[in-house]
Formats: sequence, structure tokens, C-alpha cells
Amino acid sequence: MAEPVSKTHLYLLVGLACTLGLFGGLGTYTFTYARGLSYFSNDPRACMNCHIMREHFDGWQKSPHHAVATCNDCHTPHTFFAKYLSKAENGFWHSKGFTLQDFHEPIMIRPHNSAVLQRNCVSCHEQIVDGIDTHPGNPDRMLDCVHCHREVGHGPIR
Amino acid sequence: MITRLTERRGVAIWTLVLLLGGTALATFLVLMLYQNIVAREAEATKDVFRVVEVDDRTVDPAVWGKNYPRQYDSYRRTVDTERTNHGGSEAFQHLDKDPVWRRIFAGYGFAVDYREERGHAYMLQDQRETERVTKLKQPGACLHCHASVMPAYIDLGLKAGVPAGKENWEAQIQKGFEEVCKMPYSDATKLVEHPVSCIDCHDAENMNLRVNRPAFLTGIRALADSDYATPHLPSIERWRRDGRQGQYEPNIHATRQEMRSMVCAQCHVEYYFKGEGKLVTYPWSKGLKVEQMEAYYDEVGYKDWTHKESGASALKAQHPEFEMWSQGIHARSGVACADCHMPYVREGAIKVSNHHVRSPLLNVAQACQSCHRIPEKEITARALLVQDRNAALLRRSEKAVVDLIDAIVSAQKSGASDVQLKAPRDLQRKAQWRLDFVSAENSMGFHAPQEAARILAEAIDYARQGEIAVARDAK
Repeated sequence: MAEPVSKTHLYLLVGLACTLGLFGGLGTYTFTYARGLSYFSNDPRACMNCHIMREHFDGWQKSPHHAVATCNDCHTPHTFFAKYLSKAENGFWHSKGFTLQDFHEPIMIRPHNSAVLQRNCVSCHEQIVDGIDTHPGNPDRMLDCVHCHREVGHGPIR
Repeated sequence: MITRLTERRGVAIWTLVLLLGGTALATFLVLMLYQNIVAREAEATKDVFRVVEVDDRTVDPAVWGKNYPRQYDSYRRTVDTERTNHGGSEAFQHLDKDPVWRRIFAGYGFAVDYREERGHAYMLQDQRETERVTKLKQPGACLHCHASVMPAYIDLGLKAGVPAGKENWEAQIQKGFEEVCKMPYSDATKLVEHPVSCIDCHDAENMNLRVNRPAFLTGIRALADSDYATPHLPSIERWRRDGRQGQYEPNIHATRQEMRSMVCAQCHVEYYFKGEGKLVTYPWSKGLKVEQMEAYYDEVGYKDWTHKESGASALKAQHPEFEMWSQGIHARSGVACADCHMPYVREGAIKVSNHHVRSPLLNVAQACQSCHRIPEKEITARALLVQDRNAALLRRSEKAVVDLIDAIVSAQKSGASDVQLKAPRDLQRKAQWRLDFVSAENSMGFHAPQEAARILAEAIDYARQGEIAVARDAK
């Protein structure tokens, strides 16, 4: 014999269904409004959705690498799983920082992202630089490429 | 059996309640996030609020502040008082901190009162209250840089017969400037009511940077007319290359980046009051280096005062920040005053330049780190190293100059003649001018470390040469 469903139970179920619907609807709306899908793409414009990266985007457009590399080519790992893990991790900190406005100014790359960047320099330029023993993430053993070639990605800086 | 059923139902109900509450909270947070995104988007599209009309006669910064609340908020912070290792914005008495300066300035107003300058907000009040103004007689010329004085200049210019109209704007300012300079300070100061304000750097119509201080315009044109190399001010070099047509017009020829230094150079410079008219004049026609300005003063036969102890014709260096910066690596690399003293700050989704003008040492992250990507502590340590070395050399130079004063005084007591003391007094003028140049400049050598050291080395050399001259000529 099925147990009779109490009135309280029923109200709660209906309430839960409603809030779940609201959550789903508002969540999807916010996600769409915030151009959430763009973050899964390789489009550099997605990186300046929140305006913080506007100067970096501007600089990249005027840089030597503009024609050959986008943000993701240098700043995310090149394998599928590592790339989306990196996007998720950085995306979380970026969203948190921008929403709560509690990040360091000026923004600076973190060591493990710097290591990703260094590996990506080598990944494209390995034919020329394979004689150089680089140590991504360990500037004490070997300086990163961008220590000297600062302007290749984001153009001239003062 | 019945109890177990009730218990299970109880658990089920509480689970449902928790789920419902959790989902409601999540929904609430999603809405807050949405609201936050909308707000950031709005910030990025609107950063100016035209709620009142401002024009070239609107001196009161509070009125501009209604249109530009972000800039105004930081501008008002120049009231803050903070001490740095070698300066800052606290009005401590230099004469008590370093009593040798009472002797170096003997017979001059600065031996009476030499307080460290406070922030921009206090420039007019501090000038009205300094004992150099209350105990000694000063001209209206001082207002050129201590007040938002342009409307007063224009009014007096019009009154003196310069035709009205925007096309005669510079002529009106120039004429009014000449009138105010020769007035007694006590009368002239009644014409003004605000310290430096928005119109001193900005064009009210379009917010472009603009220079209008007449002494600066005359000075920078004299500099452009000379052959002094200005790699840090490329528009001057371009104007010269293009055949020096007409006169150099900073408001037309200079780039925005140059203007971000020139608006400051309207006042943060070496100057003197020329002739009976007490016209504020920047001695730049031979160049911006310490010996070139000295050559200018020597040529026109200028002295600020006669040293009370030694009788030397002494010069007072003012606050030659622009000239010193011009000799340094930052200027050479295209870094403007505003890059370090008014760095960009982010407010939500937009960036505004920080109008709280102050020492970069109080704001290293924003002032230095956008170019120097090393830890703040390391940047501060490097800057302090430069300043501490400069301070050590400065103390040594003070000692050398005071020793020379002592030598001259003692020779005078033993009856040396003016002819015998001419060379030592001239050398005192040279040494003291260099010492004061680095001491009065507000960066403790940082704006151009090597240049500051070179100048102090010359100061010590001239002072000791002076002592040798006393020993040789005034036996």
C-alpha cells in the first residue's frame, strides 16, 4: 500500500519544483546574458568581456603575434583536458576577483600560469630553441622567454 | 512501526525543506550576480555625468566634482598628511630638522620659515600663513602657482584694456599676470579663493589637458627657441625640425603624453621674479641643466639675496622637479609625471587617473608595478637606496658649503678685503646653488639619480675650491 503523501510534503515538493525552475531559468538567463558560452571558445574577445583585459587585448592586436596566436594559444595548455581545467580554474578566480573587486592591481600572472606560457612559447618555437634548456616555472634556473621578449604578446609597453 | 514511519517522513520533510532553502538561496545569489554584471556593464559605458555646466571661469572644484565625481573624490584626498622617509606631506620645519640651513639661508626669508610643503589642497592656505609672507613683504607674483588664478588674470587683463573674446584669451591672461605680479601679496591674494583646481590643467569644453600659466608658456617657448636637446619632449624637436615656424605652442604641438608632464611643469620648476614688475620667469633660454640656468642668472646679473654672514650674492633654488626629471631615465623613456604621481586606478569596470597627487612611494603597486613587474618591497627598497645615497651626499655637501661660509667669515674678521673675497664668494654662490638645487627638488634625487650626484659632486668641489681660494687670496 502506498503511503499517503502528507499536505506539508506536497507543498514542499511543489515549492521545490518552482524554485528549481526559477533557479534553472534565471541561471540560464544570467549565463546567456554574461556570454557564458563564449568562454568555451577560442575567441580573444571573450577574454575582455569584463573590461579588465581591454589593454591586453589592444596591445595584442598591435603585437607581432597577432597574426599567429590568440590568448588561448599562449595562456592555456594545448591538450583538451588540461586546457579546460585551466580555463575553469582561472575563470573561477577571475569571476571571483571581478565580482568582489578584491584583486591585486596591476594584475600579474601567477607562477603556474607563467609556466604554461613558457611551455607554449617552446611548443611553437621548439625547432629554433631546442638547444636551450628551459625550466618553465623556475626563473631561478633559466629565465622565461618573455623576460626579454616582453613585447611579443601584448605589443610595446612603456 | 508508526513511529518509524513518522521518523522517516520527518527526515524526508527536513530534506525537502533544506533542498528548497538551498535552491532558493542559489537562485537569490544568481540574481545578485546578474545584478552585479549589469552594474559593471553600465560602469563601462558611462563615466561622465554632465549634471552641471562648467566653463573656463568655473574655479570651484566642487562644481566640476558633480560632473566628475570619481576624479573629484581622489582630488580631495590631497588633504591627507603622510610622511615618507625623506619628505611627504607633513609640514615639519626643515630649519629644526637640519639647522645648518639657517646658516646657508642667512639673511633670506627661508632662514625664518622653511616648512615642508603639504598636499595640493593646502597650497594657498600655507602660502598665506608662512612667516615668509606674514613677516616679510612679498609680491602678488607668488599667486602664479599657489592659487587657481586664471579668472583673476583675465579680469584684470580686460580691465587693463585687452579686447574681450576667446581669441584674445592668452593676451588677457598675460596682461592680468603682469598686473598681479607687481601688486603687494596682501592685496593680490584677495582676488583668489581656491588652490589649484580643475581649470588649471583641463579645458572645460572637452576635458583635454591644457597649459595656461603665462610664465610656463614664455619659458617653454624660450626653451624651444634654444638648441637644448629635448629627447624627452619630442614635440619640441619636431617643431624645430619643421623649421621653427611661428612659436612653439604646447597646447597644439605637444602630445597628450607630453601634456601629462607639462601641466605639472607649469609650477614644479625653477623660477625667479624678474625686474621691478616681479614677473615670474623660468630661466630656460639656455637649457634645463643646473649650470645652464646658472649661466642665465649670471648673464642677467641676478641674485636672490646677499648672504648675511659671507656677503656672497646667493641664488635660491625653488622646486626644479621638471628640470631634474628631464635629466632622468624615466623622462628619457617617455614616462610622464602623471604616470607615477597620478597612476590609473580601476573603479569597477573603468579606469580613471588618480587625482590624489602624492609620492609614488605611498602607492607603489599602481605607480611602479604596471611597468616594473617585481615585488612591491623590492621596488621600494631600490627607490630608498637611491634616496639614501643622495641624502648622504647631500649632508656632505651641506657640510662643505657651511665650511666655506665659516672660512669667509673668519677671513672677514681678520680684515680681508672685498677684492680678496671675490673668488671665494663667487664659489659660494656656485656651490650653494647646486646644493640647494638638489635639496629643494622634491624627490631626494630619485627623478635623476646620476644627475643629482653630479650636481652635488660639483657643489662639494666648488665649496672646497672656495676654501682654498680663501687660504690663497685672503691671507
